[in-house]
Amino acid sequence: MPHDHDHDHHHAHAVLPSEPALRVKALETLLTEKGLVDPAALDAIIDTYQNKIGPKNGAEVVARAWADPAFKAALLADGTAAVSEMGFYGRQGEHVMVVENTPEVHNMVVCTLCSCYPWPLLGIPPAWYKSDAYRARAVREPREVLAEFGVTLLPTQKVRVWDSTAEMRYLVLPMRPEGTEGLSAEDLATLVSRDSMVGTGLAQGPAT
Amino acid sequence: MSRIHDMGGRFGDGAVIPDTPDAPVFDKDWHARALAVTLAAGALGQWNLDISRHSRERLAPKDYSRFSYYEKWMAALANLLVEKGVVTEEELQAGHAKGGSPLADRKLMAANVGAALAKGGPVDRPGPTPRFKPGERVQTRHPTANAFVAGGHTRLPSYASGQTGEVRAFHGCHIFPDAHAHGRGEDPQPIYAVAFPAQALWGAGADPRDEVILDLWEPYLERADG
Repeated sequence: MPHDHDHDHHHAHAVLPSEPALRVKALETLLTEKGLVDPAALDAIIDTYQNKIGPKNGAEVVARAWADPAFKAALLADGTAAVSEMGFYGRQGEHVMVVENTPEVHNMVVCTLCSCYPWPLLGIPPAWYKSDAYRARAVREPREVLAEFGVTLLPTQKVRVWDSTAEMRYLVLPMRPEGTEGLSAEDLATLVSRDSMVGTGLAQGPAT
Repeated sequence: MSRIHDMGGRFGDGAVIPDTPDAPVFDKDWHARALAVTLAAGALGQWNLDISRHSRERLAPKDYSRFSYYEKWMAALANLLVEKGVVTEEELQAGHAKGGSPLADRKLMAANVGAALAKGGPVDRPGPTPRFKPGERVQTRHPTANAFVAGGHTRLPSYASGQTGEVRAFHGCHIFPDAHAHGRGEDPQPIYAVAFPAQALWGAGADPRDEVILDLWEPYLERADG
C-alpha cells in the first residue's frame, strides 16, 4: 500500500491571520504583489456572480420548457445542448441534466461530498446548500428536510435524490402550477424560485 | 477509509436553515473575495479541480469542522499555493511578496474573466467501452478508497459503498478524479447514474418508494451477482 499522503502534515494556512477577512486580504495582497492576480479581475468575477449569473437563468429555462413542449423534450433529452443554445453554458455547468418533477416523482439535488451546483443556471449556491446539515441529511431523510423548507409532497410522489458526485450538474424542472394557462414565458419565469430548481421548493401559482 | 467531508447520512447536524428570497449572494464581502481569489489563482494552471477539491478534503478534521465554507477555501488555497511553489510559506506569513513570479504572464486579466467563466472545463473524453448497460445491477466498492494513494481523493461516498444498485444511464467517459487529483493524468473512465433504494441505504425507516442516484465511475463498480 502506498504511504499516507505527504500533504496531510502540511498546514501552511495556519500562518495566515486568524480573522477570515484579513486572511483573504493577505492572500489577495500577496498574489497581487507577485503579479499573479489582477484585483480588477476579482471585481469582475464577483460582479458576474452577484449581478449577471443567477437563478433567473434557470427560471428562464424552466418557463420556456413549460411553454414550449418541443423545447422541453429537447431539454430533457440533452440538457447541456438545450441550455447552451440559450447562452447558459459555462464553468460548473459543462454537463447538465434536467430532471422533471411529476405527480409520481419529486426530484431533489444535493452534493454530499462538497458543494457541486449548476452555476450558469443557478449562480453560487446558498449557504444552506453548502451546510453540513443539508449535505448530511438530504440523502438520508429527504422528506424531513423538505418539511423544513415547508414543502408538502403529493401522497403519490416518490422522492428521488440526486447526489452530485461527479461533474454532471442537475436542474430540477418543477411542475407547472395550476392557473397559469395563457401566461407568457416571461410571466411564468417569475413563478420559478431558485429552491424549486434544486427540489427544496415548489413553483408557486400566481398571486391572487 | 474516508475523510471528514464524506458526511452523507451523518447524524447530529441539526435542522437545515433555509434563507430568505432576498438573501445576498455573498453574506459577507470577504466571501465574495475568497471565491474570486480562488478562481483567479486556479486560472494560473498549477492545479486542476480535483486537486483543488482534495486540498479542501484533506484539511485536518478539526479545521474542516471549525472553518466556515469560504474559510475552507482559503486554507486549501494557501496550502496549494505553497505546495505548488507559487508562493513561499515565508511570503504567506509576511503577507507580502519577496519577488515576482514566472507565472505572471498567466494572470487572469479583468477583460478575460467573462470568456474564461463562459468557457468552463468540460471533463468528457474518449475512453474505454462501457462494461455496463442501463438496467444492469452493480455493486459498489467496499470500503470506499482511492486505489492509487492511501487517503487519496475519491468520489464514492461511504454511505453508498458496498451497496447494490441499478444502472440508470451511461454518461460517457469522464476524467477520473481518483487519478487526476494525484498527478496520474486524466485516465477517462465510463461513468453511470446508479440508483439505490433508500431502504437499502438507510433501513426500513425510509420510504420504500424513495431512491438516491449517484454518478459513479466504472472502477467503483462490479457486476452484482444474481
